Amino acid sequence: MNLAEHLNVIGPAVALFVGSGTVLLVGLMLPRRAYSFTLTCLALIIAGIWLLVHHAAGTESSALGGAVRIDAFSNFFSIVIVVATLSIVLATRTWADTLERSIEFYALLLTAAASMTILTQASDLITIFIAIETTSISQFILVAIVKDDKGAEAGLKYLLTGAVAAAVLLYGFVFLFGVSGVVSLDQILSFAESAPEEYRLVLLLSLMFIVAGLGYKMALAPFHGWAPDVYQGAPSAIGSFLSVASKATGFAVALRLIYSGLGGGDFYLATDLSRIFVILAVASMIIGNLGALRQTDAKRLLGYSSIAQAGNIAVGLAALTAGSVSGASAVTFFVATYLFTNLGAFLSVHFIRSKLGSSELTDFAGLIKRSPLVAVVLSISLLSLTGIPPTAGFIAKVYVFNAAITGGDLWLVGLVAVAVLNTAISAYYYLRWLRMMWLDEPSGDSAIRPDGWQQTVLVVMMAGTVLIGILPNPLINAAKTAVESLI
Amino acid sequence: MIEDVLDLILTIGLMHYLIVSGSVFALGSVIALGKRNAVGVLMGVELMLNGAILALIAFSRFPPAGTATTAALEGHVFVVFVLTVAAAEAAIALALAVLVYRKRETVDLDRINLLKW
Repeated sequence: MNLAEHLNVIGPAVALFVGSGTVLLVGLMLPRRAYSFTLTCLALIIAGIWLLVHHAAGTESSALGGAVRIDAFSNFFSIVIVVATLSIVLATRTWADTLERSIEFYALLLTAAASMTILTQASDLITIFIAIETTSISQFILVAIVKDDKGAEAGLKYLLTGAVAAAVLLYGFVFLFGVSGVVSLDQILSFAESAPEEYRLVLLLSLMFIVAGLGYKMALAPFHGWAPDVYQGAPSAIGSFLSVASKATGFAVALRLIYSGLGGGDFYLATDLSRIFVILAVASMIIGNLGALRQTDAKRLLGYSSIAQAGNIAVGLAALTAGSVSGASAVTFFVATYLFTNLGAFLSVHFIRSKLGSSELTDFAGLIKRSPLVAVVLSISLLSLTGIPPTAGFIAKVYVFNAAITGGDLWLVGLVAVAVLNTAISAYYYLRWLRMMWLDEPSGDSAIRPDGWQQTVLVVMMAGTVLIGILPNPLINAAKTAVESLI
Repeated sequence: MIEDVLDLILTIGLMHYLIVSGSVFALGSVIALGKRNAVGVLMGVELMLNGAILALIAFSRFPPAGTATTAALEGHVFVVFVLTVAAAEAAIALALAVLVYRKRETVDLDRINLLKW
């Protein structure tokens, strides 16, 4: 392979990194801030087109000495990340213009998106660790970018918990490296296939450390403590980025590690790994839903809701013993639907917050009379988060639960039972919010209108949620192809 | 018998390094989870990372039998990157701690409680 071919593989990420540097440089030299918005969109669009070209060509190759690997799986998740970032950049433009540090906001957002793209491609332990840290460090600063009391506090909390989680993840990686003697996932796979029984304990310990470190990224209980605080304290634009893009990469790394590195269901510790995920999923769903019940702040409620949703997605990870790759493709599909569903909800909250200056649930009272479009989009998103047909969230939940049940494993069947019960609990707070918007009297009578880009993005999110709910097959097939390229 | 035990203790091998590494990591996590001062937590995290680095070096010096000979190199490369990342993280952490201190005049985590912890 020559340099051009290497660059082609990591091209989308390079485009984003170059975009980030250009935004900073242009911001230094030219006084007009509007350039940074345009440049950011440009970098994201170039990266997106590049990814689509890779996707259409079905490229599958390793580059940089096996450090990164491009395949249908990395393309799928990278596209999710780039689309999420672009939607957030477009929908929060008015807010970003008022920022004192809007140039840094765009530059860091691009850095985070770029390292997430690398993370979906990373196929050795070193690259995974560096990409996770690059992502996290950009996000630590982004959370505190407004520099108000709550933002600074959320940033510090996010950083301290993140640093501990990174050290724990690293310790797990070190022991995986220690027993196998290699860092690349391909070679770890050939080690895992013939790992002697006496390594059982040390491998299990290392896996628990790794799951803890990644669980932090996915906001799985009991590593969820940061999520409500950070979602509430961070600007809602950053909150939506964390909840969609950051979570997607967490699951992408976990899937690649488990299926490419450890051989998925064939690994002799697969059952133990599945049990760990069952426990984490149950804990996340219960803690997330019970926590959300008594919230009055919309952002904090979405924080708890994202913990519960992470539990739902983790049902698919637990299903790795259920045979074939249905669990993994269910996770992949769920993450893609979560993009539309959760961005719809988060960007609606962002809109209310930027107009009314607060995001208490009471601010949403009678929203249907004040801003029909936002109310409808938010309602569809909430229905989808609950899992009511015909929305994407319904299909995603059915798909994940189905993947878990097919094996007939008692633990997994029990897990699905708990998950269904939790769906009922979650309906309470999602539908209460919905009722407030449709039936309560508005707190103010003035109409509030989203700007053009916000309208477009919100409508796209709503259309995505409904369309996937009605015609899920193309996306399901894409998710299956993506996961099959892992093995 | 006694010579065997002495031999085990005096011939420094992988296990000795791993015990030290594990102790440093454990101490670090106790500090990181127990300290109420943000800077104290950071020092704990640094200890945790150092524990991991020590284990990495030990594993690359004593690779498992029958594995690839590249272990020595990969372990060292890993260490260099971990050190770099740790430095970057510490820089951001101190910047945020200063920001919080300016706002609140404290870095005591029990008193940084605008958001319910």
